[in-house]
Amino acid sequence: MEFLENKYLLISLTFLIYIGAQRLQKACGLKLLNPILITMCVMICYLLFFNIDYATYQEGGRYIDFWLKPAIVALGVPLYKQLSTIRRQMLPLLVAEIAGCVAGLFSVIILARLFGASHEVVMSLAPKAVTTPIAIEVSSAIGGIPALTAAVVVSTGVFGGIAGFQIIKLSRIRSSIAGGLSMGTAAHAIGTSAAMEQSERFGAYSSLGLTINGLLTALLAPFLLEVMGMI
Amino acid sequence: MILQFGIILGLLAIGELIVNALSLPVPSSIIGMILLTASLQFGIIKLHQVERLTSFLLKNLGFFFVPAGIGLINSLDVLKGELGAIVGASVGSTIIIIAVTGWVYQLVRKATSRRNKNDINLSQE
Repeated sequence: MEFLENKYLLISLTFLIYIGAQRLQKACGLKLLNPILITMCVMICYLLFFNIDYATYQEGGRYIDFWLKPAIVALGVPLYKQLSTIRRQMLPLLVAEIAGCVAGLFSVIILARLFGASHEVVMSLAPKAVTTPIAIEVSSAIGGIPALTAAVVVSTGVFGGIAGFQIIKLSRIRSSIAGGLSMGTAAHAIGTSAAMEQSERFGAYSSLGLTINGLLTALLAPFLLEVMGMI
Repeated sequence: MILQFGIILGLLAIGELIVNALSLPVPSSIIGMILLTASLQFGIIKLHQVERLTSFLLKNLGFFFVPAGIGLINSLDVLKGELGAIVGASVGSTIIIIAVTGWVYQLVRKATSRRNKNDINLSQE
């Protein structure tokens, strides 16, 4: 059945499963039923079952991919709305971001090595907290597997979106500014979209977190890894 | 609506141009986002000229990540062998990032606001 790998079929399935999962999540009120996660799993099973490769899926999928970059540009709007608050606290924001970025890089590398990951996998995980385009760049620059990085980035984002608020609460982070910032720093745009649902202020600081951590990771990761003797 | 698409995609195009011209290690989308914030701030672009498109994009941000996530299918072999390490390290590090970022922000904020208060007190004396 050649129709099973038709690009319009594959792309429409992606839309419909996502919408279905979104409704299911709303109906059950379960955060774990994350639409991104469900769509990923269902589509991967579909492709494996009918033996369709990823390149074939991407013939349609790239039209969804295309909107990723414009969507990140759109994050400039919540950022603009909070600009005056952001300007008043440049110092705490910057210091927190540098701390979060360095802690993230060190912790993921140390943990991955402790758990016995191979060098290639450790390198693929290093930039996992930042948004896909940056993470892929960094990953290939330091000798990781970009495709694995992309998948881990999305999974990290989904985990952040699901568990992030709980972690924020348990770590006794009280201000919505600190919480939003943490969310964006740890779980990039996917965490930010969860933050946006909470409140616009939360979302704005989350997009600030993802921006600054994205820039810092792009600049610091290769350097830090060299210091650690990993490259 | 056409104008809204033109503005957002145009800013992205400028971002691509800047990244290519200066060979920056930063993605064009981040440059485009900074350009959008700056253009709104300086009144070059008005909020109502982009807001319909941007709120649609932001509301569905997660959806645009789905194809990249499905790319996992190409790494299933690596995953099988090292799934535990990958999940453990990602989850652990995500928790650490959230805690550290939030704590440091709150600490520095407290310290700086206290200092500012002291400054005010001193000047009053």
